[in-house]
Amino acid sequence: MTYEVIVGGKARRLELEKAAGGWACRLDGQPVPIDAVITRRDVLSLLVNGHAYEIKREQTATDLHLWVGRSRFAVELRDPRSLRSRQRAAGDEKGPRKVLAPMPGRIVRLLVAENSEVEAGQGIVVVEAMKMQNEIKSPKKGTVKKVLATSGAAVNSGDVLAIVE
Amino acid sequence: MFKKILIANRGEIAVRVIRACREMGIASVAVYSDVDRAALHVRKSDEAYPIGPAAAAESYLRIDKMLDVAKRSRAEAIHPGYGFLSENAQFAQACADAGVKFIGPTPHSMKLMGSKTSARQQMEKAGVPFVPGTSRGLASPEEGEEVAERIGYPVMLKAAAGGGGKGMRLVHTRRELHASFASAQSEAQRSFGDSEVYIEKAIVNPRHIEMQVLADEHGNTVWLGERECSIQRRHQKVLEEAPSPIVDPEMRRRMGEVAVKVAQAASYTNAGTVEFLVDPQKNFYFLEMNTRLQVEHPVTELTTGLDLVHLQIRIASGEKLPFAQSGVEIRGHAIECRIYAEDPDNNYFPSPGKITVLLQPSGPGIRRDSGMYEGWTVPMDYDPLLAKLIGYGTDRRQAIMRLERALYEYFVAGIKTNISLFQRILGDADFQAGKVDTGYLDRLIAKSNPAVTSSAPQREIEAMEMIAAIAAGMFAVLDPASSVSKNGGTGAAGSGPVSAPCGWKQAGRSDALR
Repeated sequence: MTYEVIVGGKARRLELEKAAGGWACRLDGQPVPIDAVITRRDVLSLLVNGHAYEIKREQTATDLHLWVGRSRFAVELRDPRSLRSRQRAAGDEKGPRKVLAPMPGRIVRLLVAENSEVEAGQGIVVVEAMKMQNEIKSPKKGTVKKVLATSGAAVNSGDVLAIVE
Repeated sequence: MFKKILIANRGEIAVRVIRACREMGIASVAVYSDVDRAALHVRKSDEAYPIGPAAAAESYLRIDKMLDVAKRSRAEAIHPGYGFLSENAQFAQACADAGVKFIGPTPHSMKLMGSKTSARQQMEKAGVPFVPGTSRGLASPEEGEEVAERIGYPVMLKAAAGGGGKGMRLVHTRRELHASFASAQSEAQRSFGDSEVYIEKAIVNPRHIEMQVLADEHGNTVWLGERECSIQRRHQKVLEEAPSPIVDPEMRRRMGEVAVKVAQAASYTNAGTVEFLVDPQKNFYFLEMNTRLQVEHPVTELTTGLDLVHLQIRIASGEKLPFAQSGVEIRGHAIECRIYAEDPDNNYFPSPGKITVLLQPSGPGIRRDSGMYEGWTVPMDYDPLLAKLIGYGTDRRQAIMRLERALYEYFVAGIKTNISLFQRILGDADFQAGKVDTGYLDRLIAKSNPAVTSSAPQREIEAMEMIAAIAAGMFAVLDPASSVSKNGGTGAAGSGPVSAPCGWKQAGRSDALR
């Protein structure tokens, strides 16, 4: 298994192979002796050179964070063999992008119409949850290809609200 | 003593009161809206009754439904908790009319303290110090200009019926006053149905310190020490502690005596809190009185050794306070973190949803008052407070150490929480030195918001990043099933590429092909 892992803005190459009694791990080509056990869902006990870590995983429809001790890291994991992963790594700014609901809530307002031009960071829709209104912003400059959100509707975390190209 | 009490609330505070009832051998009656059937307070109660739709206005705020449940269940008293109907004088009156004891002050005291201008007038008579300004609503912006000239800019315009920062405007110069007056008035009208606005001298970046009082129905009133509540955001408290790092025994006694005077001037009974603004010279000014149990009451419980909910119930049942002022002793230090369902990566916007994993801290000096459990779906209809984590120690330093340790153990997955924010606050040099004011938290958050919350040196951070990278891969190979999400992308919040499946899903698939 080979992954490209992006943590702290740096991409690292991670190779994991099943080995006798555990896993052989190489990080950027360097062998790292590890032992890993999933103790329960989203909680990993990881031993590295005798140092013990309890790693906790926070994952939502839109992102992934790992807790190592007191620190929380945004992590992105890619399979370099996957064409889509490569495309994505090459050009996040190109092509259509989804605008996703980061939390469950209710659509209270649409701020743009289909086919309108938007700037990166411009508000697309307003979602209300727990008595607070949150403007969901465009991930890029472009044209609003589609608006899937409808005013008054309930949305779930990860639902597609609009597509900007 | 009562045999049965109805708790007209939900969440952690309902659980808190239900626990007190069980401890005292009193049966508890819970109420729940349609989305709260599986809530923890329903599970912990002896009896539970539905009160209608999710919207609070149609359930937890309905006086008629509460009294109907009280009647059906034959509850003798109602504990309102905080929020919802807790400071509604009409509700307290309706309880009295229905022959059910309201566990709190009388409707008269609540009405008096409910309007900030009428409270000021009453306190003026009692000789309580308050921020210079008017005790009556302003008739016109011109009157406001006149008063502002006299007390000096900056000034604060405030809605008489206000709360939560609504209808409040900070005015720096005469030029801004007209427009701010109009917008404060219209916001006050929209939010509270009352456009009365008054003016006060603005104390820039004050501390917000409050004093707990307790009064029985036989004329005995005591103070139980202060709480430092300056760490706020959007006018909501985030972290509170007792005692305040800047209050010495002499200042505490003076504040306590003023608070008792305030309570007595309002013929106050039961638990209440007198809020003060404190300027950099440690002058304190009466702000308002909260006529209910506060969210942050546990820090007072831990530093006084008293159980405020037990005492509330005993006072409401007619008992005398079991101790005098001389019997109140402040010991040790307690700090409370309000765990909110909020997304630290999205400007602390609320984040409801299903809690998939919950690891909770325990051990020495840790108290947890929680309304959540693993597998529960946090509804989107109410405020985002999930739980309170309180650390206690012989001194402030130990309380901080214990809390840091407990936060290290605390983990909530499925939804976002503000747990990482407390790591930042507790590790911050200004906080550790006790240098906080009401602007502190905004300043802390405005400092670059690092993905890494610790102040560890760069070399250590890099080492941890390597650990995180290895862990990400190990999760993908060992626990791929729970990683599959239905919508793609592990990129930035709120956006993702079209039709790129989740990296975890890909990992799972390619693994399956082996």
